[in-house]
Amino acid sequence: MSNAANPRQFVIKFIFISIASVMLIRLLFLQIFESKYKVMANDITIYRKIVYPPRGIILDRKGRTMLYNQVVYDLMVTPNNVRKGFDTAQFCQAVGIEKAAFIKILEHVRIRNGGMRQSVFMEELSKEQTARFQENSYLFNPGFELIQRYIRAYPSASAGIVLGYIGEVSPEMLKRKQYESYQQGDYTGMNGLERSYEDVLRGQRGVYYLERDNFNRPRDSYRNGALDTPAVAGRTLQLYTDAELQAYAEKLMANKIGSVVAIDPKTGGILAMVSSPSYDPNLLRGRDRAKNYYALDKDATHPLFNRAMQASYQPGSTIKPMTGLVALDVGAITPSFGLACYGSYNYCGRPIACEHHDAGHAANFRLALAHSCNSYFCHIFRLTVDDAKFGSIKKGLEVWHDYFSNFGYGHPTGVDLPFEGKGLLPDSTFYNKRYNGVWNSCTVVFVGMGQGELALTPLQMANGMCIIANKGYYYTPHFVKNIGNNPNDPLLQPYLKKHKVTNISDETYSVIQQAMQDVVESGTAVGAKIDGINICAKTGTVENKAIVDGQAMKLQNHSMFVAFAPRENPKIAIAVAIENAGFGATWAAPIASLLMEKYLKDSVSVKRKAIEDKMINAHLIGKYTYIIDSARRLHDLRAYEARVEKRKMADSLQKATDSAMVMHWIKRQVKRK
Amino acid sequence: MSAERKSIFSKIDSITLVLYFALAIIGMAAVFSVEYRSTDPTIFMFSKSYMKQLMWLGISLFVGLIIILTDSKFFSNISFLSYTIGLFLLFITIFVGVDVKGSHSWLGIGSVRFQPGEVCKIFTSLALAKFISLPETNFKTTRARLIAVAIALIPAALIILQKETGLALVYFCFFLVMYREGLPNTILIIGFSLIALVLATLLLDRKVLFLILTLVAVGVGVILRDTLRRNIVASIILVSVWLGSVLFSQVAVPFAFKHVLQKHQIDRIFSTLGQDVPEEYSHREEKGDEKKVNSSDYNVKQSKIAIGSGGFMGKGFLNGTSTKNEFVPEQNTDFIFCAIGEQFGFIGSLGLVAIYITLMLRIIYLAERQRSSFSRIYGYCVASILFFHFAVNISMTIGLAPVIGITLPFLSYGGSSLLSFSVLIFILIRLDIDRQVMIR
Repeated sequence: MSNAANPRQFVIKFIFISIASVMLIRLLFLQIFESKYKVMANDITIYRKIVYPPRGIILDRKGRTMLYNQVVYDLMVTPNNVRKGFDTAQFCQAVGIEKAAFIKILEHVRIRNGGMRQSVFMEELSKEQTARFQENSYLFNPGFELIQRYIRAYPSASAGIVLGYIGEVSPEMLKRKQYESYQQGDYTGMNGLERSYEDVLRGQRGVYYLERDNFNRPRDSYRNGALDTPAVAGRTLQLYTDAELQAYAEKLMANKIGSVVAIDPKTGGILAMVSSPSYDPNLLRGRDRAKNYYALDKDATHPLFNRAMQASYQPGSTIKPMTGLVALDVGAITPSFGLACYGSYNYCGRPIACEHHDAGHAANFRLALAHSCNSYFCHIFRLTVDDAKFGSIKKGLEVWHDYFSNFGYGHPTGVDLPFEGKGLLPDSTFYNKRYNGVWNSCTVVFVGMGQGELALTPLQMANGMCIIANKGYYYTPHFVKNIGNNPNDPLLQPYLKKHKVTNISDETYSVIQQAMQDVVESGTAVGAKIDGINICAKTGTVENKAIVDGQAMKLQNHSMFVAFAPRENPKIAIAVAIENAGFGATWAAPIASLLMEKYLKDSVSVKRKAIEDKMINAHLIGKYTYIIDSARRLHDLRAYEARVEKRKMADSLQKATDSAMVMHWIKRQVKRK
Repeated sequence: MSAERKSIFSKIDSITLVLYFALAIIGMAAVFSVEYRSTDPTIFMFSKSYMKQLMWLGISLFVGLIIILTDSKFFSNISFLSYTIGLFLLFITIFVGVDVKGSHSWLGIGSVRFQPGEVCKIFTSLALAKFISLPETNFKTTRARLIAVAIALIPAALIILQKETGLALVYFCFFLVMYREGLPNTILIIGFSLIALVLATLLLDRKVLFLILTLVAVGVGVILRDTLRRNIVASIILVSVWLGSVLFSQVAVPFAFKHVLQKHQIDRIFSTLGQDVPEEYSHREEKGDEKKVNSSDYNVKQSKIAIGSGGFMGKGFLNGTSTKNEFVPEQNTDFIFCAIGEQFGFIGSLGLVAIYITLMLRIIYLAERQRSSFSRIYGYCVASILFFHFAVNISMTIGLAPVIGITLPFLSYGGSSLLSFSVLIFILIRLDIDRQVMIR
């Protein structure tokens, strides 16, 4: 053919080069000018694996475990890896389910998560299921696999109200700043110490960057782990609480509604805190948590309500040492002040009853406190607030209020548990409001004997005992002794601060202590006596009323008891409150006494076995509890419905108004034309 | 004899051979990078495709050696026979073929499978070269041109019957060869205009396109009004071109989409162009699996992410997070370019494109220096096939062309592909050794 270069070869070469150039220009844009592909590549290929560290455990004062992490196994399945010849019958037998259920779960898993990813087949296998599965695991691999996981466990099944429980963070919680480091599905302390010490118990999550493949399965570590941060385990909490004392207290309080708070006065460390009826904290974990929580929440006795720090009671006679303390310190009386009481207090119109009729039972302060003379304490309260040097009852009450506020009443003590109640401490403003400014010491006289508008939480009562035991100071009650063996952790700083309570003299305290010792030696609480230990105590029997079937009804008295021991070197201060049980001396006093003996002597003496049994077996939950509870729930429901109805009404009214306005406007426009 | 052999080897075009090896080695590395896992106990795992690819490279080189040792006239002599055998294989594949990924284009003999459509490219090249170079063929006659077109497109038709449209499209590259051998310029212009018309038909609204076509026709008419006044034939041509375009876009393409093309092909075409499949074409198939419509869209998206994330320098060998973790479907075969783009970035892509273009220009150079037209035409066949594969494959990975499932020469994993491209190249090398010999 022709030897001259054919011009068409250049056309073809031109086509080759120009199309290659178009491709290169496209590549230039794709790889250099566009950055979105790099971001997209990282998004789809880099998997952020969160490793959850084990949560911190909780020990009691002697190092005994109160809360630890228990290993449970979840049965996982990767549907596509289940072999063709898989022995379904044997598998079903091993884990104890029906074949139909097997197919249903597998189908469900496949629909929800696809066939390639590993998903949960069954949660928290029982020990038997785990063992049976593991025996034959080679038959079930690679489709099925056991994955280890931790759940919280409470070995002595006590102190639920103190330790609390954990739960999944809810979407509402996630919106709050406090939970900004959490993700959906994370667990957090919902109540108790689990909540208060969440930050230290939680530890630090590890973050590992892994490459993942098209089925979301993680593969190699990304950049050889240069960006990874390892997980840091949660720290251990050691409590002041004595696990044995706590369990014993719960046992004594069984079948009673009430609470016990025991504090070490020297440190403010809480030795035991019981809210009865108590519940097994093991119920509020794992797969049945929601169901059990619902059941506990519906219970008429409110086991989830921490009565020891959330409920407040009129303190009754247990407030008398405090009334006396203030009266003595302001100089309203001297220890030798006496009152002739013949069974009632008659200075304020309607007589106020006193248990004692014999003359001379209130001949001086010691006798009056030992016999818990109502007349005496009403009177010295009046003498205190009416004292001429304050000028007026209103100023006098303010002085009294300041004293009581200093004792830790009327505001939360600051204990390291969430949702603490504050009780009620009335001041002049309160009474001005209530009585329109017209009131005098007789109007408020009941406060002196612990009835009336004064209400304390059992925790505040126990803390009051610490003040008397320490002769004028207290530490904020708290549970945690050290965090990860460090007693000076920043979180514990508030509890290391000594709170000095006004400048009441040691002599005044001695008078009070002597009188309180008399209560046990010769007064209302002789049953609380422990051989060889000087106990200072005060009983209380609190009248209370409730609305039953539409009318106010006087219920059985609350049984109260506060104490500390030994007098010379106080090691335990205690408050016991039992609702609707009767005299303080009958129920609360023996229980407190047994607990003090248990703590101070390590065991209860044989001769008190009978009283111990009597306390354990007593069933003191009143029949009205259930009636009152259902009435209250009904009332709440009605109130809720009424609110909804009201809102609906308001809405429709608004709409009607709006449309009326629109109609009006249109009419006016029409008229104008 | 040995002296003669020695002279054969010394005449091998070393540049072509070096480029061939370069591409084969890059291909091995790419397949290796996609398949290798850091958790593998050893890199010599025969279950992995890169080891199979290595084996196929060995086979290809062995076959290449045999080709080099074969007389160059042999290829000319067997060309019609091999073409006939090829057509026969394609024909029986329609009936006894094995289904692989929805296409019916594979023949299985025991555990070995191969794609006759892939191999038939060689036979068609030889037959086309032989036919056009026959002394009695006058390529200026319409009859000869029609026969040449038939030789090129009969295999394509058979392959379409095997539902492997992508491979069939490769056979259209022979028009480039025929253009070199004397097909009029207008064919090329018409061809490119057709492609433009097809793209416009797919991308634009039908009424808008009608308006544009009419405006263009009127515009041309206004510009050429003097010519048209003088020459009635020109007017007729203009009107018929306008009418033809309108008919094509308004009737023929909708007809093709409704009655000829498969559903997956329609999806691919539209998804690559960034379009949703129009309502009128989509409800032909059952409506049940509508979710799967975006599968080829997914391929291209992942492929673009992989290549785009490579940046200027790439992520480095074995650091391709997308390709290593199997985000791009078929990444060791049709989408192997992703591995290059992701790991070696723009620099790597540029280098690869440069190697391909150098190879193709070299082949054209080789073709042009042949004394016999058989060798020259065959050389153009090789260049055209390579070019079509190269251009369409890379374009589809970067979203410039529809995903039609054809391999990247020498790089994609696959025995049939590597072997047939090697044979194509080695026959050319063998013919080039005898470039001074007149082969008929």
